[in-house]
Formats: sequence, structure tokens, C-alpha cells
Amino acid sequence: MLSSFMNFLQMIGAYILGSLADLGKSSLFLGQVLLGIKDTLLRPKLLIKELYSVGVLSLLIIVFSAIFVGMVLSLLGYVTLVDFGAESSLGVLVSLSLIRELGPVLAALLFSGRAGSALTAEIGLMKATEQLASMEMMAVDPIRRIVTPRFMAGFISLPLLTIIFMALGIYAGYLVGSVWLGVDEGSYWSQMQNKVEFQHDIVNGIIKSVVFGFVVTWIAVYQGYSAMPTSEGVSRATTNSVVYSALAVLALDFVLTAMMFIN
Amino acid sequence: MGLALMKEKDNNVSETLVTIHDLHFSWDGGREIFAGVNLEIPKGKITAIMGPSGTGKTTLLRMIGGQLRPVSGSVNVQGVEIPELNRKELYQARRRMGMLFQSGALLTDLSVFENIAFPIREHYDFPESMIRDIVLLKLELVGLRGARDLMPSELSGGMARRVALARAIVLDPNLMMYDEPFTGLDPVTLGTIVSLIKKINSSLSMTSIVVSHDIHETFSIADYVCILSEGKVAATGSPEELLNSDSEFVQQFVNGKPDGPMPFHFPAQSLVSDIMNGDSGC
Repeated sequence: MLSSFMNFLQMIGAYILGSLADLGKSSLFLGQVLLGIKDTLLRPKLLIKELYSVGVLSLLIIVFSAIFVGMVLSLLGYVTLVDFGAESSLGVLVSLSLIRELGPVLAALLFSGRAGSALTAEIGLMKATEQLASMEMMAVDPIRRIVTPRFMAGFISLPLLTIIFMALGIYAGYLVGSVWLGVDEGSYWSQMQNKVEFQHDIVNGIIKSVVFGFVVTWIAVYQGYSAMPTSEGVSRATTNSVVYSALAVLALDFVLTAMMFIN
Repeated sequence: MGLALMKEKDNNVSETLVTIHDLHFSWDGGREIFAGVNLEIPKGKITAIMGPSGTGKTTLLRMIGGQLRPVSGSVNVQGVEIPELNRKELYQARRRMGMLFQSGALLTDLSVFENIAFPIREHYDFPESMIRDIVLLKLELVGLRGARDLMPSELSGGMARRVALARAIVLDPNLMMYDEPFTGLDPVTLGTIVSLIKKINSSLSMTSIVVSHDIHETFSIADYVCILSEGKVAATGSPEELLNSDSEFVQQFVNGKPDGPMPFHFPAQSLVSDIMNGDSGC
């Protein structure tokens, strides 16, 4: 009984120590990635290529999701508000929901599933096929040449994708609310204009997406770079990338929301 | 046989390019891969590192290239102590080294031409016409000038290895390392790679280290052979000396005999006690 309990304690201790070691390694890795930013800025072609594969290729899923989320939000909002004769506030409900919360969070979750997993798999496979090792032997630092441009591309792309998500969601909400369900068009836009504050709502929403972009891309590139160089290792790293990103986004969202919107 | 002072066996050789002294290494404190390896690689020659699978041949190459650090001991390349270098100095030292990986390790998103041009573009600001000339010359050397526009996925295993070879020598390194260059090739490609290694070593005045367990091909081009076993240098000498060696171990290895001093089993407790203990360990 005592030995089982000791084993249990040992397991917990080993897990905590392992997690701390991993956190330390990932922080050192992040430091190396950030040191490569100057090199990446001096070679904009590399960054543009990654912006295309990380950002532009994620547009489709962001656009479709934003449209449907905006439409559902407007539909459900209308059903609730109309009972109280407050359907003119539909624009405020849709816009504040998307700008403060749903836009940054959903865009980050979709981004981690589409671009984050692709980054992890790509870097992990490059490691498994010795491409990163061959770069090292060619005296080319794989962190600066491969990882930093991808990290920067993710960090830049997510806030832009989030803005697109918010704008499209609000417009889709307008289409459902005003064009289909008959909410007054002027009320939809003017109430939104009155209630949504640039600094308090829009800037805070974008700050959230910047933080999410940083964390999601960091997790993705670290998981790929530290993956075991086997097919199972790459598969596990890709799964971890999506799971850790989702958990980090949701936890950080709570912290940021509490800091930004509670007076 | 302890310290392999190969250079003393050849009067024509006056310098040592790589000196390894009392090298110890293990993965995360586990089984010891190297338990005091001593080795000297003469300049301008082809030295083969051989031995059974799992003896650390590739690990040794990675230590020479600075990709792994030893637990203790010295790895000196051209007068530079590799394990003591910082990141910047290590990358500087690697500019004078080339390595052919077993898989080729070509960058899959770049064409053959761009793969070979990659190290030049990364390190030098040469005009495009000069890069083109250098790449085409290297491709001509490996017989693949006509394949310059192909992607790595369109190459056969042998072609990929030749492209990787061209890329490894594009910066004209002093030291060229080959990790299992003969594995998985058809007889014609195998012959091509064997003759290319010999040709490149002599025409570009390089020093080559070939890691392999293919006796016939390796012995046909190597000036010296070093056989590793159980974490130490088990035998050294010219191919002729090893073929005529009295050592039971060497004879078992070079002739591929199943029985001999080389252990077949990975270290473990006895089969009877393993079974009687009843712990499957699964």
C-alpha cells in the first residue's frame, strides 16, 4: 500500500519535473527563434513565402467559419431579442460577441488546426528525414532558416485573419438579421457604431489575437522541432500541437478577458 | 589494439586531420556507446569506420561534425577542439566539412539545382551566373547535369544520393563524411557511388571518412579501415592487413561469419532466469 502510494507520488513528481524541463527547453528555443528575427527581416522573400502558406492558405476555412458563425449568432440573437422587442440591438450583440470573444478565439482555434498542425508536421518531417541535420552540417542554422520565418508568419497572419473573421461575421449577421429577418438596417449599423468602442473593444480583440498568434505558433514550431524523428513521433507532435494550442488559447482567453473587460 | 596511429603506417602521410582521444559517450546516461575510443584520421586519405550495427559509427560522425557532444574526451578536427566550440564557431568549422547522409536529406521543396545552390546562397553573395556555373560543374561531376530541374520526389534513390553528394561538396570542404553511402543501392549505382567517392577524394584533395558495413565496396576504396566494437576501436589497418589479420574478431567481421567473438545477443540476464522470474516487462 505504502509502496503504491510512493510510486504514485514519484509519478506525479516525475511528471511535474518533466513538464518544467519541457517549459525550460521551449523557452530557450523561443529565445533562439526570436534572435533570428533580424535575419528573417533581411530576407523578406522567405517571410512572404511562409505568409502565403500559413496565412493565405488558411483564408478559406476562416472565411467559411466566419460567415456561418455570424449567421448563427444573428439568428439566435434575433430569436431571443425579438421577445423583448429589442431586435434593434442585434448589431451590438453580433459585433461585440465577435470582436471581444468569438473572433479571436475561434480564429485561433481554426488557425491551430489548419496552420499550426501543418507547421508542426512540416518541421517534424524535416527532422525525421534529416533535412534539419543536413542544414546544420551545411553550417546553416535551421532555427533561423526554417523556424523563425514560420514563427513570424504565424504571428503576423493570425491577427489579420482574426480581423477578417470579425468583419465577415458581422456582415453575415447583417445579411441574416436585416436582409432575411427584417431588422431595421439603420438600427443594426448605428447601434453597433454607438456601442462598439475602438480602444476598449476592437483594440482589445486584436491584442487577444496577437497573444494567441504568438502562443499558437510557438507551440506549433516547438512541437515540430522537438518531435521524435519517427512517424509516430511526428504524429504525436502534431496531435500535441493542436491540443496544447486549444488549451492555451482557452485558458489565456479567460485571463485576457478578465484583465480587459472587468472594471 | 588501442590507439590507432594509422599515419605511422604510411610514410607518405605527414598530417592528421582528425584526432579522437579517449572518447566516452552514452545516451542520457544509459548504455555506453563509446568507452574510450582513440583514433586518428590521416589527411588526404579515405578512412573507413566499420563495425556491426549499433556500434556507434554514425554517432562518431555526428561527434566529428559537432552535432553531438561527448560525455568526455577530445574530438579535434584540423586543430580545433569541436566539443569546446560555441554555436558560431561550430558553424564556422562546419563550412570546411561536408556530410552525405544515408537518406540523402535533400530539401524536398527545392529542385535539384536549388538544393545544390542552397549552401552557396546561404553563405555567399555570389552573382547568379557564378552560382549557376558552380552548380553545373558539381552536377557534371556526379553525372546529373541533365537532372537539374527535377524535384527530389522525381529522383531514384541512387540519383538522390548523387545529388546529395554534389551538394555536400559544393563548398569544397576539406573533410568529407559519408554515412552509409552504399546502403540500398542497385549494383550499377553502387559502383557509381564507389568510384565517385574515390574520384572526388583525389581530384578535390579531400580527406574522407566513410561509415559503412559493406566490406567489399569499402575495402575497395579505403586507404585505412577502423573497426569499432563494444565502444572501442577493435582493429585498425589497411584493408589488406585486416583481410590477412590473425584476429578472430576481424576474421569474423570481414568474412561475415555468424559464429565468433562478436556477441549475437544484446546484453541481458540469462534466458533461464529471465523466464523463471516471470516478469514479462511488457
